[in-house]
Amino acid sequence: MTDSFLKVENLARRYPGSKDGEALTVFDQVNFAIRKGEFVCIIGHSGCGKSTILNVLAGLDQASDGAVIMDGREVAGPSLDRGVIFQNHSLLPWKSALKNITFAVQARWPQWSKMQVLEHARRYLGLVGLKGAEDRKPAQLSGGMRQRVGIARAFAIQPKLLLMDEPFGALDALTRGMIQEELIRIWEQTHQTVFMITHDVDEAILLADRVLLMTNGPQARVAESVLIDLPRPRERSTIIHQPGYYAIRNHLVDFLVRRSKELAGGARGPGAEASAHPREVNPIALAAGRQPVDRVQAN
Amino acid sequence: MWSLPLRAAILSVLLLAVLLGAWELAVQAPGAGARVPGPSKLFAHAVQELSHPFYDAGPNDKGIGIQLAYSIGRVLAGYSLAALLAIPIGFVIGMSPMWQRALDPYIQVLKPISPLAWMPLALYVIKDSGASSIFVIFICSIWPMLINTAFGVASVRRDYINVARTHELSRFETATQVILPAAAPTILTGMRISIGISWLVIVAAEMLVGGTGIGYYVWNEWNNLNLASVIFSILMIGVIGMLLDLLLARAQRLVQYAD
Repeated sequence: MTDSFLKVENLARRYPGSKDGEALTVFDQVNFAIRKGEFVCIIGHSGCGKSTILNVLAGLDQASDGAVIMDGREVAGPSLDRGVIFQNHSLLPWKSALKNITFAVQARWPQWSKMQVLEHARRYLGLVGLKGAEDRKPAQLSGGMRQRVGIARAFAIQPKLLLMDEPFGALDALTRGMIQEELIRIWEQTHQTVFMITHDVDEAILLADRVLLMTNGPQARVAESVLIDLPRPRERSTIIHQPGYYAIRNHLVDFLVRRSKELAGGARGPGAEASAHPREVNPIALAAGRQPVDRVQAN
Repeated sequence: MWSLPLRAAILSVLLLAVLLGAWELAVQAPGAGARVPGPSKLFAHAVQELSHPFYDAGPNDKGIGIQLAYSIGRVLAGYSLAALLAIPIGFVIGMSPMWQRALDPYIQVLKPISPLAWMPLALYVIKDSGASSIFVIFICSIWPMLINTAFGVASVRRDYINVARTHELSRFETATQVILPAAAPTILTGMRISIGISWLVIVAAEMLVGGTGIGYYVWNEWNNLNLASVIFSILMIGVIGMLLDLLLARAQRLVQYAD
C-alpha cells in the first residue's frame, strides 16, 4: 500500500515488570495502514490494547516502540488534524450543545469571525439532527443526543483523521442503530477518514471498508485485515440480505471466538515472518473459492 | 392540605413566638438577680438603633450601621487579597504535582494556626490596627480557598483535559477555558467557607484591637453594661453573616454545572 495516508509501523506497548517479574507486553509488532477516505474498524477482545493504539494515534498516549506516520509526518502529540470521539462523549458540561461545537470550531479556525463560527457550528449540529437543542446543556440531553453532539464536534473541525473509541458503547440498541445510520449518512457526504474501535461485529460490517482483527493480549497483534466488500450506500435494514454478508460475519465471529485465542501470546504459525503484517482477507472471495485458502495454522 | 414550605413557615413562626414568650416571661418573673433585657426592650432598642444606623457622635458613639460597615469593609479587603493570592497559587498547586509537594509542608503548618495568633506580629510589623485586622482576615481566609482551588484543579476529569489537548489549546487557554470552569464549583465552595470564617474572625480581631467595627462595638457596649445593645449586635452579626453566605451561594449557583 504505497498510497497510505496513515501508517502504523511496529507499534508496541510494554509495561516494565515488578522487581524480578518480566515486562508485560500488551501488544507488539502492530502494523497497519489506512488510505485516505477509508473507514476502518478495529475489533478485538478487551485488554488487547485497542484503546491504547487509538490514544497513540490521537497523540494522547505514547507507544513504547514503533511509529505512527500520518501524511508523511510522525505523530508526536495531539493535533486538530486528528479528531477524537471518546466513549463517554466528553462534552464540556458547562457549555451548551452549540457552545461545545463553537469552542472546537474556534480552536480550529481562530481567524474566523463569530458569525462564521456560529454558522459552521449550527450546520454540523443540524447534520446530526439536533436543530433546536442548541442551548441545552449536556445534562439536559439524552445519552444518544450527547453522543451526537460529540460526533458533530468531531466532524465540524474536519480533521484529516477521525478516531472513535467505541462511540456507541454506552447507548441502548435502538439509539445505537439510529446513530449508526446517521454516521453512515454523514460519512457518505464527507468521506472522512475514520479509525474506529468497536465490539460489535454487525456495526463494523455496516460501517467499515476494512476491519482489523486483533489477537488477544498480552503480545496482541493485528492478525488480519478483512475487506468488507459490500456495496454502498449501506442500510441497516437491507445489508443483512446482501450476498456475502454472512460470509463476512461468520469470518469475523469465528476469529473472535476461536482464532483470536489460538493466535494469542504472539503465537506464530507457518510463515512467521509474514505475520508481522496483517493477512489481507476477503471473506466473500474466500467463500466463493476465489482466494486461495492460506489460513494461518495455529501451532 | 397546606404545602410543605407553608407548614414549615408556620412552625418557624410558632417556635419564634414560644421562644420569645418564654424569654419575656422569664425576664419579668419576680425574684432577684441580674437580668438580660427581654424581647420587648430589645425590640424597642432595635427600632431606635435601626432608625439612625449611621449617626456619628465621636469615637465611642457611632451607629451600628457604621460599625458593621467597618467590619464588612475589612472582611472584604482581607478576603479579596486572599482570593487574589490563593486562587492562582491553588491553580499552580493543582496543576503541578511538584509544586504541590513543595508547598504542602508550609500549608500544613500554617493552616492550623489560629488567625488571632498572628495579631501581635501584625501589629508590630504593620503598626496599624485596622490594617492588622485586614491581615488577620487575609491569613484566615486564604487556606480554604487555596486548598479547594488546588483540589478542584487537580481533580478536573481527564476527559476534559484530553478535549483541550486534542483541540490544541495552549496552556493558558486550557486553564481559562477548561480547567477554570470545571473547577469553579469547588473553588466557590472554598470561597464560601472562607467568607464564613472571615466573618467569625473579624469580630474577635476587632475586640482585640478596638477602635471601630462590630467586634469593638460589642465589647464596648459590654463595658457600658448595655446588654440590649450587646444582644442586638449579636443578632446583627448573625444577619450579616447570613447575607454574606447567601451572596456566595448565589455565585456558586452561577458556576454550578450538572455532570
